[in-house]
Amino acid sequence: MKALLRRDLILAIRAGGGFGLGLAFFLIVTVLVPFGVGPQSELLSRIAPGILWLGALLACLLSLDRLLALDWEDGTLDLLATSPLPLEAALSIKALAHWITTGLPLVLAAPVFGVLLSLPQPGYFWLVISLVLGTPALSVIGTFGAALTVGVKRGGLLMSLLVLPLYVPTLIFGAEVARRGAEGMQTTTPLLMLAGITLGVIAIMPFASAVALRVNLR
Amino acid sequence: MSMTEETPIPKRPSGFWSYANPVKFLGFSERVLPALCWLSGLCLVVGLIWGFFFTPDDFRQGSTVKIIYLHVPSALMAINAWFMMLVASLIWIIRRHHVSALAAKAAAPVGVVMTLIALFTGAVWGQPMWGTWWAWDPRLTSFLILFLFYLGYMALWAAIDDPDTAADLTSVLCLVGSVFAVLSRYAVNFWNQGLHQGASLSLDKEENVADVFYFPLLVCIAGFVLIFLALVLYRTGTEIRLRRTRALQAREEARS
Repeated sequence: MKALLRRDLILAIRAGGGFGLGLAFFLIVTVLVPFGVGPQSELLSRIAPGILWLGALLACLLSLDRLLALDWEDGTLDLLATSPLPLEAALSIKALAHWITTGLPLVLAAPVFGVLLSLPQPGYFWLVISLVLGTPALSVIGTFGAALTVGVKRGGLLMSLLVLPLYVPTLIFGAEVARRGAEGMQTTTPLLMLAGITLGVIAIMPFASAVALRVNLR
Repeated sequence: MSMTEETPIPKRPSGFWSYANPVKFLGFSERVLPALCWLSGLCLVVGLIWGFFFTPDDFRQGSTVKIIYLHVPSALMAINAWFMMLVASLIWIIRRHHVSALAAKAAAPVGVVMTLIALFTGAVWGQPMWGTWWAWDPRLTSFLILFLFYLGYMALWAAIDDPDTAADLTSVLCLVGSVFAVLSRYAVNFWNQGLHQGASLSLDKEENVADVFYFPLLVCIAGFVLIFLALVLYRTGTEIRLRRTRALQAREEARS
């Protein structure tokens, strides 16, 4: 398992494109939003939590199609499926590697981008907390989407259509935590809901992903 | 022939499960389809005419209240169509009956149309009543999300060539999607307070809509249920025949 994690991380960093791409996309979205809605800082600070969450979500989505597709093409997935490691565990590791290479940088960069959107002062802490709790769910759900569409040629668009509705609950609670935090309100309820969704998804989704991938490898 | 002694004839499934046999299913559906079509047509015509012309206007909503005869049954069927797809997917995953997978496939477009009718009639009603075509109300939003789930489900069916792989993957998507649809429903509830009124009819409630509206509405609901059944049976039959044609074509090509 450790070897697989190391391999995925090294591949993501050295193969180029994968590691910084999501981050760069996040930056672009953040920069483009003020062009779209105007530079008034009170407007920006009101929508900043939602925009940052949406940007992180889209950046995560963008990097999903390389999560399994490359391994599918060169046959690594077949090897993984026949190895003694259960496919569920392999997919969990892959989701973890995806989170470390895309989710974690997004979390770390989000406060910096928050400055660009003049996020209110108390919002930074809650933004980071909500992203730390929420982005693993995005990676795990995304792995399911990738496993479903790995056999489809140029399935990127299809995967977005399948994955985005599944992101709804995570986005709602995550953005709610960030918004309430920015407005200085109580964040306990949505925070607990967000954590619950993430934990539940981590526990259950690898099984669904493994079923889908086994069908595709058949 | 010693063969017959060694291989016992497998027990014929009886009752409900025997309709997993496509031939038997087709025979059955051909027998009930005309009756279903006529009944649903009758229910819809009677219910809608009764509802539109022989019920009084609501004293506050005026005649716009009559859109209830399209809105409520279609919304009901939109949810139940997904539920039927869920059950059919489960049967496919557990018992591997092809008819079941094809029935789930056949129900999806019908469900989408029901969702669209519900959204559209809701918008038409909401414009004069709420003063807006669309509001981010929990019920409206979750219906839109349901619509997206339908689209994804159908797109996945369309994208995969191998029918068994497609059936497996869409079934898994249907199961996971159901969980997330319910989750989204409650998340959306939390996210925004509602403009939409509560349930118009339920069995356990003291106060429903008034009887004058209630009975034609029941007839309309029956009509929508029947037309859904008829369409799903019809479309399933089409899918079965389509697959047969493909098999024949493949055999023809293999021979030449």
